[in-house]
Amino acid sequence: MSNSLSPVAYDGKIEGNVIFTQVDAAINWMRSNSLWPMPMGLACCAIELMAASSSRFDISRFGAEVMRFSPRQSDVMIVAGTVTYKMALAVKRIWDQMPEPKWCIAMGACASSGGMYRSYAVLQGIDHLIPVDVYISGCPPRPEALLDGLMRLQKKIMTEHALVDQKKELLESL
Amino acid sequence: MTSDEMTDRIRAAFPQAITGQNRFRDETSLSIQPDSIRVVCEFCKSTLGFNYLIDVSSVDHFGEEPRYEVVYELYSMRDAVHLRLKTTVSEDDARIPSVADLWPTADWHEREAYDMMGITFTGHPDLRRILMWDGYPYHPLRKDFPLQGKPSEMPGVAFTEVAPLAGGPFVTIPTDGTTQVREPRARHAGELPTREKFLSEP
Ligand code: SF4
Repeated sequence: MSNSLSPVAYDGKIEGNVIFTQVDAAINWMRSNSLWPMPMGLACCAIELMAASSSRFDISRFGAEVMRFSPRQSDVMIVAGTVTYKMALAVKRIWDQMPEPKWCIAMGACASSGGMYRSYAVLQGIDHLIPVDVYISGCPPRPEALLDGLMRLQKKIMTEHALVDQKKELLESL
Repeated sequence: MTSDEMTDRIRAAFPQAITGQNRFRDETSLSIQPDSIRVVCEFCKSTLGFNYLIDVSSVDHFGEEPRYEVVYELYSMRDAVHLRLKTTVSEDDARIPSVADLWPTADWHEREAYDMMGITFTGHPDLRRILMWDGYPYHPLRKDFPLQGKPSEMPGVAFTEVAPLAGGPFVTIPTDGTTQVREPRARHAGELPTREKFLSEP
């Protein structure tokens, strides 16, 4: 069912620029093209996250250049770096403060699986604490890989139902 | 003043306190009795002009007594002289006087040694853990603590699990072999890789 959504629109010029589409498709199209990231830069991967905003890679081509340092205003948390246990609960707390709909990108080996830090101090993957939508491999991933992950997330958003899939916590609380 | 003159003056002031002296690559190390370390540090700061404490670190000589060693790296900006002071701390009574009031930088260095090695610095203004969270039950840099960690639980504060090592830990061991022989791989304690062993079971 969730794959049956399509962003098909009909722009009737004769009727005078009236557009027919599905509500889900329209909302998803708007959401996926204005993803405001919460930059959770914890280690070296954050440098590549910064590079993705620069003119050579230009993350704003995909509508995700508005780095919000306030969780209340952001849509996607990009966990870029090594998550130590001491930091893990702060990351979780910021995630809980983000309003739905929200998504998470685990950028790099450390955020995805603990990376090379098989040690007493490092959480072995941020998915132990928060649900992850896209994992990006690499140590660090190049900015192109981050952009690829972002585009995959956009594709994923286009297949979800704008209310049922993306506002689960809200529906449960009702 | 050179470091030799400095050590001579410490020796003259505290003849009983110094148990050993070592010189390696133009760096002088002095071993000090644990109960004199505080007065020797005060003397170094006020009389000899060691106005910069580079580092306070700790060493675990597991299986020996006294088990721990605390190392102070002193530097005199005025004379450009480096001096290393070492003292021992026993396992049963892992306490040593703090020098945080002499050099404020010792505050965080001593907190790190307390967190990682479990050495208590008496008289420290704020002896809390600095890297792990308050209430973590272990001291991870002790030799008897496994690299992958031990599970611990502090609901609402933090938690740890054992990290998967997949046959590890993967370590290098100094040897005369090539980089292939030296490369990190799963090894057990006491096992020294040789070139022959590597070629027979790569
Ligand atoms: S994955 Fe590599 S580059 Fe990224 S935070 Fe970990 S160690 Fe640094």
